[in-house]
Amino acid sequence: MSDTSKENERAPAESRTFRLEGVTCAGCVRSIESALDGVPGVAEARVNLADRTLVVAGSASDDECIAAVEAAGYGAERVRTSERERREQQHAEEQRHYRSLLLRCFLALGLGVPLMAWGLLGGEMMVNTPGQQMAWGVVGLLTLGVLVYCGGHFFTGAWRAFLHHNANMDTLVALGTGAAWLFSMAVVIAPQMLPEMSRHVYFEASAMIIGLINLGQALELRARGRTSAAVEKLLELQDPTARVVHDGEERDLPLEEVQVGDLIRVRPGEKIPVDGTVEEGRSLVDESMLTGEPVPVNKGEGDFLSAGTLNKNGTLLFRAEKVGADTRLAQIIEMVKNAQSSRVPIARLADRISAIFVPTVMIIAVLAALAWYNFGPEPRAAHVLVVLTAVLIIACPCALGLATPMSVMVGVGKGAEYGVLIRNGKALQQASKLHTLVVDKTGTLTEGEPRLTEIEADDSFDGTEEELLELLASLEQGSEHPLAAAVMAAARERELEFLRTEDFEAITAHGVAGRVDGRAVLLGNRKLMQRENIDTGSWDKRVKQLGEEGRTAMYAAVDGRMAGIIAVSDPLREDAKAAVARLQQLGVRIEMLTGDNEGTARAVARQLGIDRVHAELQPEDKEKIIGELQDSGEQVGMAGDGINDAPALARADVGFAIGAGTDVAIETADVTLMRSSLHGVADAIALSRATLRNIKQNLFGAFIYNTLGIPIAAGVLYPFTGALLSPVIAGAAMAMSSVTVVTNANRLRFFQPEGSNAEVATSNSVKSGEA
Amino acid sequence: MTTLVINITGLLLIVAIVWWFWVAQAGQEKASVSVGDEQTEILVRGGVYEPDHIRLPAGEAATLYFRREDPSPCAEYVLFPDLEVSAQLAVDERTPVRLPAAEPGRYPFTCQMQMYRGTLTVE
Repeated sequence: MSDTSKENERAPAESRTFRLEGVTCAGCVRSIESALDGVPGVAEARVNLADRTLVVAGSASDDECIAAVEAAGYGAERVRTSERERREQQHAEEQRHYRSLLLRCFLALGLGVPLMAWGLLGGEMMVNTPGQQMAWGVVGLLTLGVLVYCGGHFFTGAWRAFLHHNANMDTLVALGTGAAWLFSMAVVIAPQMLPEMSRHVYFEASAMIIGLINLGQALELRARGRTSAAVEKLLELQDPTARVVHDGEERDLPLEEVQVGDLIRVRPGEKIPVDGTVEEGRSLVDESMLTGEPVPVNKGEGDFLSAGTLNKNGTLLFRAEKVGADTRLAQIIEMVKNAQSSRVPIARLADRISAIFVPTVMIIAVLAALAWYNFGPEPRAAHVLVVLTAVLIIACPCALGLATPMSVMVGVGKGAEYGVLIRNGKALQQASKLHTLVVDKTGTLTEGEPRLTEIEADDSFDGTEEELLELLASLEQGSEHPLAAAVMAAARERELEFLRTEDFEAITAHGVAGRVDGRAVLLGNRKLMQRENIDTGSWDKRVKQLGEEGRTAMYAAVDGRMAGIIAVSDPLREDAKAAVARLQQLGVRIEMLTGDNEGTARAVARQLGIDRVHAELQPEDKEKIIGELQDSGEQVGMAGDGINDAPALARADVGFAIGAGTDVAIETADVTLMRSSLHGVADAIALSRATLRNIKQNLFGAFIYNTLGIPIAAGVLYPFTGALLSPVIAGAAMAMSSVTVVTNANRLRFFQPEGSNAEVATSNSVKSGEA
Repeated sequence: MTTLVINITGLLLIVAIVWWFWVAQAGQEKASVSVGDEQTEILVRGGVYEPDHIRLPAGEAATLYFRREDPSPCAEYVLFPDLEVSAQLAVDERTPVRLPAAEPGRYPFTCQMQMYRGTLTVE
């Protein structure tokens, strides 16, 4: 084997489509295909004469393929399709399928309805004379035409499934309608074989069932289209073209042709086509569709732009960094699509039943038919057929199979509209059962950007408060602690000088130490002062008092003596209190985690109405606390920023990353909240409960439908009503059952959580609708 | 006599259903296809995956290529629930479905309604 062919085997068999020119006959097809066969790297080349396209699989480049086609005397152009165009093609395909189902339905009902009306109006349905034989024979052949043209796909599907030792809905429909037709034809051809009372024909049942089931499938197709509306909205956020600047010239290129490194211009009112960084210009950018943040963000040189966001008022020139499937928007769409088709643990029972459903129904149908044959009244043969057909047709595996996926599809999509990205069906189910939500204080309940609120110098300190702040801010230059940023920001605000610092040391869980301008400076908690044998005197009382007010106070010592204190406070998020109240209304107990001292933590908790607080924690303690809560039998959720809390988020039953959609958060969390607000957690829990409720309704409906429908079709009500269920009614019930399930799932589209996010989702929907 | 024949036929039918759809199906693994090369497509049409029994080597990520020919919504998704993988299949297109490296075992794959059914054997 040559090296090239070996290479070809290893290379991915990427399949591409080219549009051909000059192709008119089968001869052209042969010459193009053989021209491509000679191109190294082409694994397979197929020409479709009908739509004049060429599909090439293999590792050969586009240019090599086009050159080969041109050398053969024809033209070729690569067909590039975006995700959006593909969706449009799929819609067109669905539309064609819908129309074909309706046509089949009308044709079948066109025969079935008059036949049924004939029977209901007292017309003869028995075959006793040669004339009746002839007339019903013609009707039988017409019905056969309906079965083949309108219901042929049921029969071919059933046969294929049978060969694979499989049985599905097609099997039931084919058996039911086929049995009715065969029995009726037997009556027509040899009526004398059957007792006089059983010489009844059921052609109308065959035709009606085929018509009704086609109608049901058409309605289901329509209803299903609406379940994926959320992904459609996200796809609509993307413009199909981008204005690429090349050598000073601007050109509108299809999105698929934009490459990393391209310079792109976006004018006011246009959408950002790909992810990138601004190189020139300044403008307000509306990112609400991705972050849920309603206020537009001011973007200038060096700022990151996300595909799908809307440029409001200025012109921006930016460099493409992520294109195609790598953009944040594409990743969100991918995640939503994956989650929409994932399984939910609650569906396991339905899955198990679905797996054995059809053969089980076939066995029940045979047993019911035997029971009627052995114990039923005359006309037994006719009763056997009616029961057999009705049981096969009424049983609906589709309703059972669709019960969960349809609700998950709509629920997950609805979440995306509210900026709540749910990883999979399992996360969705677990979020609905949460008892306790553990919340990291910093950045979740508070802004995450502490500010200096107090600086007080000790009388013994040989300087002013400003001088003390100058020393402390200089020391903090080496620290990465969030509190350090607050101290330095305060020094900058007061235009203080940063002094030279030496021997800087960060002492874990204690504070920082170092030499500033030759003086030994310490800044930290009481433990640090104790460790360094510094008398804190009356400052302990003041620190406690500040702590009770929700501030974090730290002791400062200079040259081995107490110099004063500073206090910082991380302001509460505007919506934290309302979000906590919403969560409590949902019956979720909230526990707050923080590295702050007990007093500060309690003060914050008091303001927010939080019951339990875990203060003075080390980062690794968070995961431990979640473990302890789980051991006591609770379902625990954890809300954090997705990066620092990664182990705790992973340990929790449901990890909510409040990370405004950072890549890390999207990859790791069970639920990613695009908006930096605890309201998202409340939305996620409310939505998951609504979805689970919807799933339970669907499952209950599907179970009840089948467990009641099958015995009724088998004739258990006959002793009371004196009649059997008509197979036509069984067909209508079956067709409607799956439509009902999909329609019930679609009700979730009207879900609106009580709270502030409702407006965001509405505005998102409006924006994408405008797009 | 007719009654006896009909009853025996009915019971034989039940035995045949049990045998064909459950007993014989379990033995179908022998007929499974090793999908090592990228040229093999799994056709989605007429209610079945063809081939519906697939073998893959353990501990290696793999890509399966599905071609959906059935436009009915039933066939729209393929799910590998145990591997937490799912994909939306476009009509008349070849859709790659990437599977992570898996432990040896049997992993069913189905459509959303579980009417299309197949088995992936990792060994």
